[in-house]
Amino acid sequence: MNGVNVKDVSVAFGALKVIDGLSLDIAEGEFIVLLGPSGCGKSTLLNAIAGLLDVEEGKILIGGRNVTWEEPKDRSIAMVFQSYALYPRMSVRQNMSFGLKMAKTPRADIETRVTRAAEMLQITHLLDRRPDQLSGGQRQRVAIGRALVRDAAVFLFDEPLSNLDAQLRNELRLEIKRLHMELGSTTMIYVTHDQIEAMTLADRIAVMKDREIQQLGAPDELYHRPANLFVAGFVGSPKMNFLEGRIAAGASGLMFENDTVSLSLPDDVCAAPPAPGQAVTLGVRPEHIALDGGTWDGFRVDIVEPLGADALVWARRDRTSIQLRVTTDEPVKVGTPVALAPDPRRANLFDTETGRRL
Amino acid sequence: MTTIATTEEPTAPARRRRRMPLAAAIALVPAAIIVAVVYVGCMIWTVRLSFTSSRLLPNLDFVGFSQYERLLSNTRFLTSVENIVLFGVLFIAACLVFGFLMAVFIDQRIRGEALFRTIFLYPYSMSFIVTGLVWQWVLNPTLGVEDTLHKLGLTFIDVDWAVNRDTVVYALVLAAVWHGAGLVMAILLAGLRGVDADLWKAARVDGIPTWRVYTSIVLPLLGPMIVTAVVLLAISVARLYDLVVAMTGGGPGIASDVPAKFVMDHLFERSNIGLATSAATMMLITVAIVLAPWVYARYVRPQVPR
Amino acid sequence: MSLPPPDPEGRRPKTVTAGRVGVYAFLVISAAFFLIPLWVMLMTSLKPMEEIRLGNIFSLPKLWTIDPWISAWSGACTGLECHGISVGFMNSVQILIPSVILSIAIGAVTGYALSFWRVKGANVMFGCLLLGAFIPYQVFIYPLVRLFAATGLYNSLLCVVVVHVIFGLPLMTLLFRNFYQGIPIDLFKAARVDGGSFWSIFLNVILPMSAPIIIVATILQVTGIWNDFLFGVAFAGRENLPMTVQLNNIVNSMQGERRYNVDMAATLLTALVPLAVYFLSGRWFVRGIAAGAVKG
Repeated sequence: MNGVNVKDVSVAFGALKVIDGLSLDIAEGEFIVLLGPSGCGKSTLLNAIAGLLDVEEGKILIGGRNVTWEEPKDRSIAMVFQSYALYPRMSVRQNMSFGLKMAKTPRADIETRVTRAAEMLQITHLLDRRPDQLSGGQRQRVAIGRALVRDAAVFLFDEPLSNLDAQLRNELRLEIKRLHMELGSTTMIYVTHDQIEAMTLADRIAVMKDREIQQLGAPDELYHRPANLFVAGFVGSPKMNFLEGRIAAGASGLMFENDTVSLSLPDDVCAAPPAPGQAVTLGVRPEHIALDGGTWDGFRVDIVEPLGADALVWARRDRTSIQLRVTTDEPVKVGTPVALAPDPRRANLFDTETGRRL
Repeated sequence: MTTIATTEEPTAPARRRRRMPLAAAIALVPAAIIVAVVYVGCMIWTVRLSFTSSRLLPNLDFVGFSQYERLLSNTRFLTSVENIVLFGVLFIAACLVFGFLMAVFIDQRIRGEALFRTIFLYPYSMSFIVTGLVWQWVLNPTLGVEDTLHKLGLTFIDVDWAVNRDTVVYALVLAAVWHGAGLVMAILLAGLRGVDADLWKAARVDGIPTWRVYTSIVLPLLGPMIVTAVVLLAISVARLYDLVVAMTGGGPGIASDVPAKFVMDHLFERSNIGLATSAATMMLITVAIVLAPWVYARYVRPQVPR
Repeated sequence: MSLPPPDPEGRRPKTVTAGRVGVYAFLVISAAFFLIPLWVMLMTSLKPMEEIRLGNIFSLPKLWTIDPWISAWSGACTGLECHGISVGFMNSVQILIPSVILSIAIGAVTGYALSFWRVKGANVMFGCLLLGAFIPYQVFIYPLVRLFAATGLYNSLLCVVVVHVIFGLPLMTLLFRNFYQGIPIDLFKAARVDGGSFWSIFLNVILPMSAPIIIVATILQVTGIWNDFLFGVAFAGRENLPMTVQLNNIVNSMQGERRYNVDMAATLLTALVPLAVYFLSGRWFVRGIAAGAVKG
């Protein structure tokens, strides 16, 4: 029983409510990512779960136990921070064992746990060094190690990779994923603003904006069926193309149109078929549009960004600019006229007014 | 011509000597003159005078170390050295401990933080003369705190520290701590505020008691600030003069004399330039021994070209 | 305290711990230690002498009077002259203004030249200057007296001003140099590429960015120069004594009966300028300490 339940939790800084009545249930062993732009409340939620912030209302259960008023150290959690937060002037070994020593853990037990954690993270050779003698990646490994020795039910990560350069970030991301698989029943809650981290690590992602969870679901679900325009735009890189328009009246079946383009859609794109004439936004991911052979003609290739395996192409017609991800061996020439071919089955329709998925 | 030039190895452009920026050099002239004439010139002059027999007027004879011999058998000088050592150690230690405690306690998310900060630091803005005169009055044996306490029936408490030759240095320390402890508080509080908030969170998750975080984690981080505070306090110890003049006048007798006052008195009142400059040279040597390595390590060595 | 409810919800109940009480107790007692002298000073200065002889040093005056303040300002005696401390106030103002302006100007230009321009020997000079900051003033005083006497400057206000500029130079230079080291060198390079000269870059690019450090330097110099005693004693001469020296002469003069209320009024008057700077400048004062200290 290592699940986490957040029930109707509100957090306030003075008069300002930062989180208002938020609920979230996390199953044992689940890897959940809180994803959102800065200021969306994701770190606040994490800190409330950790007990580093007092909640104003509601309760928090960890492993079925109500820990709302417990001190962080009694919540069976471990935490990893963006700035590593290693204790300076202490060796790696001391860093990892300090908390256990404070909890009066027997010395032999401390020794075993530190050794085991160090082996898991391949930092055994660093045990006698001090943090200022380590690189950023090594420091974050040590910080993870310090969390590991606590044998916690829940791991909390607060943007742990944001201070690292791109290559190290990929490496440690893999390490964290491996760790989660090895630990099995340990629940992990991970805060990030990086959607690639979220997609690669999570069992489920909670996309947050304006202090609320916009969508909670598996990475695939978020990617293919985003609940609203925000999620659609935030998840996925390069960004989804959005085209404002309306539902065509009088056509047979579902039909999107605006002044530039139109697209006939299968009925199952929408849960509830919208009325003809309703203002809608069509969303198509760059990888779901073929460069040529379609019905969206009059476009010309505007800019090409080769990425090696594929290329990003911007096609423009008048003021409409659409981005495509193209896998091709032949170089795309700027200025080539193209007839874009979006895949209607992969299209998303949103209500322009509310931003919600139709 | 051109064909020949191109077939030959291109000659390295003659290494142009970088022209000294004239305006910049001129701008540094005032500072250079001050350094040369005052900081170097006057210092050498003083040292030179300490080897002469000058009394009211300077002469340039050479009497070897006889002024120093006289100095080291001069009771007043020896007392002043003893006093400054005692004062310095107690003053610096008390300021550090008291200042650190104030900084830590202010850092506990208290109400009225700004008010406490303002109160703790305001004496530092005032002169040592003001400080000395206030404490002279507060510790006045006939009408000050002692009198008040005695009138309240607390006759067993004596607060005659400033006029008692055994305690007068402690009275100076008290007044100086009142003046300077806030400085240490301000420096260390800035240091505490600079501690990474994540570090505190990590310690809380690890269940480390607050006092233990301060002693094991925060205090080592404050090292550089503590050094700075010690240097500043040490400078004011070496310069200690105004406070003594205002508060005790060096008395009772010579019981609270200090080297700076010894020098000034022998220069201007007792007309013994030779002895005064030899005492000043002793001060110079002491300070140089204590501070030269620190200045070297901090400023002269790390000359990273920008 | 009753047991916590079986299912805690919402805000953790606040408890007043002994530690919390201790924190406030310590702070209040410390505050009292710092405030008592100010309180005593103020109360004493508002009482007649008879009350001082009888009463308790902490009590409020029974008979409030501002005579001691008037007397301290315009009537208190140093030796045979009885013009009060106002004379010293005027002298201090006349010393203060040119000293502050000059020392900051020279410090700023020196710091600028040291930070952005490579002048041969500049670092050696800077090193000497810094070392000079630590050397007790007693080492320099006698030769300086002789120098000033030889130039006829001795015992004048100008003489004190020059001394303040000399001994303010290390701190001012350090302050400005540290501040200018924080300005990206690329900015200076861009100005060079645009054809700026030494002075035009200073006046058009660097100086406009220097407002914060000029404020800090002004605070440091105003309080430092106002509070000076040593240079006033050694260089000003009998006619030009600054306020601190005159205050000390009034209070510690051996002639006549001590009038403690006048003494305290005079002391407060002398402290007024730095106290005003302190209270008005607020956080800038602390920044001054930090700029001069933490980096220095």
